Amino acid sequence: MTPRELTIDDIESLAVGAWVLGTGGGGNPYLPLLNMRALYKEGHRVRLMQAADLADDDLVAGAGGMGAPLVGIERMGDPLTLTRAIRAMEAHIKRRFTALMSVEIGGGNGVRPLMAAALMKLPVVDSDPMGRAYPEGQMTSTAIGGLAPCPISLVDVRGLESIVHSTPHARWTERVARKICVEYGSTASMCTPPRTGAEVKKWGIHGTTTKAIRIGEAVRRAQRLHEDAVAAILAVEPGVLLFKGKVIDVARRVTEGYLRGILRIDGVDEFRGVAMSINFQNEWIVAWRDEQPLAMTPDLICVLDSVSGEAVGSETIRYGQRVTVIALPPPAVFLTPKGLEHVGPRAFGYDLDFRSVFA
Amino acid sequence: MRRIGIDVGGTNTDAVLIEEGKVVRAVKAPTSEDVTTGILDSLKSLGSTGVLQGKKIDGVMIGTTHFINAVVQRRHLTRVAALRLGMPASASLPPFCDWPEGLAALVRGGVWMVEGGHEYDGRLFMPLDEAAVTRAAEEMKAAGLKSVGISAIFSPLDPGHERRAAELVAKVIPDAVITCSSDLGRIGLLERENAGLLNAALADLARDTIAAFEKAIADSGIAAPLFITQNDGTVAEASQARRLPVYSFASGATNSMRGAAYLSGLSDAMVIDVGGTTTDVGQLKHGFPREANSVVKVGGVRTLFRMPDLLSIGLGGGSHVQLASEQGPLKVGPVSVGYRLLREGIAFGGEQLTTTDIAIAAGVLELGDRKKVAHLDAATCKGVFAEAARMAEEAIDRMKTEAGDVPLIAVGGGAFLIPEKLPGVSRVIHVEHGDCANAVGAAIAQVSGECDQIFKDLSRAEALSAAQGIANDRAVAAGAARASLNTIESEDMPLAYLPGNSVRVRVRVVGDVAAA
Repeated sequence: MTPRELTIDDIESLAVGAWVLGTGGGGNPYLPLLNMRALYKEGHRVRLMQAADLADDDLVAGAGGMGAPLVGIERMGDPLTLTRAIRAMEAHIKRRFTALMSVEIGGGNGVRPLMAAALMKLPVVDSDPMGRAYPEGQMTSTAIGGLAPCPISLVDVRGLESIVHSTPHARWTERVARKICVEYGSTASMCTPPRTGAEVKKWGIHGTTTKAIRIGEAVRRAQRLHEDAVAAILAVEPGVLLFKGKVIDVARRVTEGYLRGILRIDGVDEFRGVAMSINFQNEWIVAWRDEQPLAMTPDLICVLDSVSGEAVGSETIRYGQRVTVIALPPPAVFLTPKGLEHVGPRAFGYDLDFRSVFA
Repeated sequence: MRRIGIDVGGTNTDAVLIEEGKVVRAVKAPTSEDVTTGILDSLKSLGSTGVLQGKKIDGVMIGTTHFINAVVQRRHLTRVAALRLGMPASASLPPFCDWPEGLAALVRGGVWMVEGGHEYDGRLFMPLDEAAVTRAAEEMKAAGLKSVGISAIFSPLDPGHERRAAELVAKVIPDAVITCSSDLGRIGLLERENAGLLNAALADLARDTIAAFEKAIADSGIAAPLFITQNDGTVAEASQARRLPVYSFASGATNSMRGAAYLSGLSDAMVIDVGGTTTDVGQLKHGFPREANSVVKVGGVRTLFRMPDLLSIGLGGGSHVQLASEQGPLKVGPVSVGYRLLREGIAFGGEQLTTTDIAIAAGVLELGDRKKVAHLDAATCKGVFAEAARMAEEAIDRMKTEAGDVPLIAVGGGAFLIPEKLPGVSRVIHVEHGDCANAVGAAIAQVSGECDQIFKDLSRAEALSAAQGIANDRAVAAGAARASLNTIESEDMPLAYLPGNSVRVRVRVVGDVAAA
């Protein structure tokens, strides 16, 4: 299949859908979207290609941002700096990339690779290593596949460029890269370890950009027609409605550099009289209905604004908000024993056997 | 305590006199093109019964939709020079980048981006490039720009660079009107900058409007300080409102809700404000409107203003009524005759059936000529009232954040459309002077102060107390009596990924206006 040129309307939908797949984390894709609007106005275009069309020896860069979403809304990331992160990696490995890929489809990083792709005139592969957002670098299909955890490049707009050259595994990469990122001011543009076409074909989670666009289109269409936007998502994705309610409490705390806490929701409509609570570590991890686990990672737990159908993030969700909780099915790679070791409930400290909403 | 509250609306200018907690008199006068005449007329009418004779007035509080209308209608806006201190970051998203093109074309006088700004923890992001700021100011001067909006990365944490740049600009353009984004608040560079640029665009209008208000009060012979009501139901002294007019954007609806709280004596309730064309539904928490959750767009521009969370529906006293027929079922609104009601309503000799005609036919209102609506039978009227009630019920349900039944206060000129009983509502409260609730809300407005910033390496209690101190100082600077300050919001959020004990604290305090 030849790569498809994305329209700006596709990218508007991608931003909405990526935020839904962010499952509470990943940061709002609004600023990357603004960058794309500007790039398209200047005449740049981005092509989306399928992993199946990669040659085995193609080289794919994971391009995205790392850091605190709150810093990202003051020091706004830009296409040039992201491009420099990729160029720095090319200089380090002495090879040129043939395509770019998202480091996580959920949140702002679902849109960011397009910013660099526009300037570099490289296609973006319709795949990513998470199929959602996750808080840690080893929570990826590529880490589950045992692919190289290094090198990774981190770049700051003021001319700082760092490469983490070698680590024994992805956890170390995450720790060291995080230190660099904090020194930069808790925001960095990054290029994750280069992957060959063969690796992406084998270990990538495929069709995720298209999936995000499809979800975003459904939400935006429902908004235009004043229809139920949540129902619209469930019409295009094999998801399950878990709960409808109003937020009655959000308790947050920072431990080990993550935002952890519990969201409590009281039911409305057909859920009146029922309570839901959701534990989060940046992303929504386990949802409990009346103290019984109802949905858990790696199932995608998405908390949506009941009126607009758009996602609500764990950093911004507030008392009184009317929300609808749905679950979307996880990528198959996370359902293997090795996959559950990386991203199952125990990987987040919950002593629960994974039971899927979709089982 | 004796105060006059004035609401300058699109159709009417309402004025009320409140004395020792009671509404002494409420009047309406048509709003005039020059604003001054309408205010003068309403003040004359207010004083015509001698209630103001020989009495000291503690304050005149004016609420107006002037500023928001200027942005929405794109009139009376000043061209603005945007100066951002934050290079080399964020260069791909310059000031005005997410404005609607039409509005940007009117307001954008020029964009300058130079090195400067801070990190989240107070470190320098880049030293301020003072030479570049001065060069920018010279170019602004050459372009004839006098209104300047300055923004810097993380300026809510450290406004130093914005202040220094303002000094440098003022050296080159001594009569410049400068808005620093740090005066407008929150984390989120683009939204804060947008607020600053909108504020700068209103510079001339704010100066002229507030001068007109001051002249009207002086001409009426009332010797009292002028206050302008703000979006959050509090007031600012005239001098501060002239400097920061964006804070007075959406005060009309807020004043109605605050007035409803005051007139009913309830501080936690739903409020429905039924005007001529639209109905606003909101929720009172501790006597103040609940604020909007997310980003608020004004005239298409994203901002982080403190705005009441309102749902507006097309229902009002002037709403067109289309009775059930072969063409379709019964329909009420959203089209309205608006201020032409007294000409176009059937009871007034016109040809458009409105909700007011229905109310006259049903004997709910005594207005116009009842004979002209005699053909509308009781069943027809009942059907229209039921439809209006259904629309109101749906809006209330969408805005409610509690499962149980809650009290509902009905105010505004069209409050007659709200029945005594509604599902999901424990009781419906109609109040005396409810049609002037907005002017009442203006009269009783308080002063607020807010702090929203990141604190590092402090205990939670220390951070909250530091934020409280800043909010208190800001409220006092805005005219509050320190002894009356009361905290109405206190929220803290630890920040993911940031090292140390970084916590973002938001505190809001309110207090009574200090005696002049």
